[in-house]
Amino acid sequence: MSLFELHYEVPGDDFTRAGEASGDVKAHLKKLGFDPATIRNVVIALYEAEINMVIHAGGGTIDVSVDPECIKMELIDHGPGIADISLAMQEGYSTAPDNVRALGFGAGMGLPNIKKYTDEMIIESEVGVGTVIKLRVDVKE
Amino acid sequence: MTVKELSEKLELNILVEGDLDREITGGYCGDLLSWVMSRCQSGDCWFTVMGNINCAAVAVLTDCACIVLTENAALDDDAKKRAEQQDINILQSDRNAYTLAVELGKLI
Repeated sequence: MSLFELHYEVPGDDFTRAGEASGDVKAHLKKLGFDPATIRNVVIALYEAEINMVIHAGGGTIDVSVDPECIKMELIDHGPGIADISLAMQEGYSTAPDNVRALGFGAGMGLPNIKKYTDEMIIESEVGVGTVIKLRVDVKE
Repeated sequence: MTVKELSEKLELNILVEGDLDREITGGYCGDLLSWVMSRCQSGDCWFTVMGNINCAAVAVLTDCACIVLTENAALDDDAKKRAEQQDINILQSDRNAYTLAVELGKLI
C-alpha cells in the first residue's frame, strides 16, 4: 500500500493547464518532506511527460504513487502512439509542430530528459492505440 | 541580493510581484524550456524571451527566484494570471540576456 496516491486527468491541446499535475505533485512531495533532489527529478520527468501528452496525444491520465523509498508514475494516453521508440529517445529528434516550437518546446529533449531524471523508464506504445509510460524515481536521501 | 534589489540596480520593470525579498543565488539564460527545466537551479534569476504560460510552470518547477523577460519580450495574459496565483516574480528589461547576465554576475 502506497503512502499516497494521486490521479490527474490531463486535457489535450490546452497549454494553459499543462504543468498543473507536476506542480501539484511537487507541492505534495514538499509537504511530505521529500528531499529537493528527489522532488526535482520527479517534477522534471513528470512535466516533460505531461507536456508530451498535451502536444502529441490529446491528453490522458497520470497516476502517481508515493512510497518512502520511491515515487512511481504511470502516464496513459490514447494518442497516435510512437512508431519508433529508439528514434524518439534520441536527443534532438522531434515531431512537434511549429506552433509548439514557438512556445519553447519541441527541441527533442522530452523523452531523453525523462530518462535522465528517472531510475526506471518503461515505454509501451502501439501505433493507433496509444502509449503507456511507467516511471520510477528512487528517493535520494 | 534580493529580487527587489536587483530590480532597482538593473532598472527592471516589475510585471508580476511575487516574493520580492527572495534571494538570488545564481543566474541562467535560456529559451528552450526542456533545457531550462533540467539546468536552471533553485534561486536562479532566469533570463528569457519566453513569456508564455509554460514559463510560469517551469519557474515553479525549477523554483527559480525570478524570471526576467529580456529585450522587452511580452508577457501573455495567461502567464501573468498564473504567475500572480503562484507568487512568481516576473520582471522585464529592454536589454539583452548577455548584458543583464554580466550585470548580475557583478552583483552576486
